[in-house]
This record gives sequence, structure tokens and C-alpha cells, in this order.
Amino acid sequence: MAELTREAIAFERLTREAARPDCGAVTLFLGTTRDHHDGRRVTRLAYEAYVPMAMSALGRIEREACAKFEIRTCRIVHRLGEVPLAEASVAVVVAAAHRAAAFDACRWAMDELKRSAPIWKKEFFEGGGDAWVEGTSLRTT
Amino acid sequence: MTVKVLFFAQARDHAGAADETLELGEGARVADAVALLRERHPGLSALWPHLAIAVDGEMAGPETTLRAHAEIALLPPVSGG
Repeated sequence: MAELTREAIAFERLTREAARPDCGAVTLFLGTTRDHHDGRRVTRLAYEAYVPMAMSALGRIEREACAKFEIRTCRIVHRLGEVPLAEASVAVVVAAAHRAAAFDACRWAMDELKRSAPIWKKEFFEGGGDAWVEGTSLRTT
Repeated sequence: MTVKVLFFAQARDHAGAADETLELGEGARVADAVALLRERHPGLSALWPHLAIAVDGEMAGPETTLRAHAEIALLPPVSGG
């Protein structure tokens, strides 16, 4: 089940929970906070979300990943609020019988999250100033 | 009728508030709410072409009809991950 959390992401627990006897592969993708952007030094980052819509977007991505790829489970956890540098801001965990589908689904789910989940990232720069990261326009109906 | 508007990320910075209540006529559409918001928040003008709009958690277009107490969200380009 998808999750938004203000705590550190417990990716070791997520990975352990994903393992199951009918699966030979578990893939874990972590997006981690980076100290630079376009040549500027970033000292901290913060995330916000339109929580109910982000929860349904992440839930839809988990379900679609299971429908599109030969996998058994997909779980997505995204962190909100301030995230210290080098910590995980997002985790995608996929379990599958074989590794190819596990890798493919993990990558697709992460790309789809970046395209469609109403979540925003702000970077704070060394020496002052901050900016919302230029993102992807959401598709409208 | 009244509807609630939620501003996120850059939209909140430019609007200077996280939310706002609008008074609209019965049967008003998203386009009517947008017209009123454009008038009230000239600071949002550069952002409008990039904003998506959701009504009650679903993506909406200018023709979407609003119900009383609807929740309209202004969603700038997303940058999760």
C-alpha cells in the first residue's frame, strides 16, 4: 500500500516485507536528496503534496505496475517535509518471479510518479534563496 | 455558493495563502473560478499556463461544473521523487 510519511523511510523493512517464496527478485529504488542542482549548492530540501490526490496517484501506480508487468507486488513510499541531504525521499519496492520484470516495473513506477503524482520539491541554496524545482505539467482532462 | 481553493507550491507563494474561499453563482464552472482568481491574484499570471486544476481530487477542465463546497486545487508542474 502506498504511503506518505514525514519520518525517515524504513526501506530495509519494506524490502524484507516484499520478499516471498514465489519471487526470485526484489528490486528497491531509492531517490535520495542531492547537494547540487544546475551548478548551485543545495543545503536542504523539502517536499509537499496534495495528500489525498497523491495517495490515490501512488495507489494507482502500484496497481498499474502489477497489471503491466509480470510482478507480484509494488509498494511506493514518499517522504514529505524536510529531508536531510543523502536521505531517501522516495522508495519503490517491487517483487517478481524474475529480475527483468522487477527492474522494468520499478523504473516505470518511478517515472510515472514523477509524471503524475501531485508532489513538489523545494531546494534551499547555500548563501540563501530557495526555489521550487521546475517540474512536469500534469495532464488535464 | 461557496467553493474552496487550495494553492500548492509556487501557486501558494504567489497567492500569499494556502487556501481561499470563493463566492460563485449556482452552476458555475472551473472557468468562472479561474476568471475570479486571475482578477484577485495578478501575481499568478505567469504561472497560469503551467497550472493543472483538480476538483474534488480529480483532474478537471475549464468546462467542469462546480458543486457547492467543491474543493478546487491549483497544481503547478510536479517534481516529486
